Amino acid sequence: MNLRIEYFALLKDQRGISNETLATDATTARELYAQLSEQYAFSLAPSSLKVAINEDFADWDQTLNEGDTVVFIPPVAGG
Amino acid sequence: MSFSISETSIDPQTLRADRFHDASGAYVSFEGWVRNHNEGQSVEALEYSAYQSLAEKEGRRIVAEAIERFDIESAACVHRVGTLAIADIAVWVGVSAPHRAAAFDACRYIIDETKTRVPIWKREHYGSGKTEWANCHNEASP
Repeated sequence: MNLRIEYFALLKDQRGISNETLATDATTARELYAQLSEQYAFSLAPSSLKVAINEDFADWDQTLNEGDTVVFIPPVAGG
Repeated sequence: MSFSISETSIDPQTLRADRFHDASGAYVSFEGWVRNHNEGQSVEALEYSAYQSLAEKEGRRIVAEAIERFDIESAACVHRVGTLAIADIAVWVGVSAPHRAAAFDACRYIIDETKTRVPIWKREHYGSGKTEWANCHNEASP
């Protein structure tokens, strides 16, 4: 399926772009991150990230749907 | 909006004025300022960025929770993005309530929750010339 991925902070630095649309056979955010992490050598483990799907927090094992927007959220540091 | 991300300087006087309410006898405010040190290093600037749509969504939820949990009349939070210098205001929280206990409690709740839940990131620019993403403990990006 085709997904839109947006990158922020350290992940944006490591991926090199702020967003992309890609085709993948990943069915969950967990699988997707595993693929991207291997491809781009992300240094953050899933345990230190949250995931958002379609602009809200989501479970790593939630089923992805065609056209979803996925964002992997690095450790937050507001305030 | 009760929670907003701002690309421009925060003006506490204007934000405070929006908290007036005839039923409020107490006003409590918090400002987070950029300080010149962190974990033993000299800091020259902080660069904040956000996943804006989700940050504002989660931030509004936090303010709504504060209104639900504490006996307050009005609350708001504004968080900067962009590159900030020492002493700039990075975040502002203001709460008005009939009585001060709830105002203090709600103000603390909003900033504490914002710091742990809202998708905002901070890149620290050190005096050494290095930069690092806060809480990531990874190599500095070039």
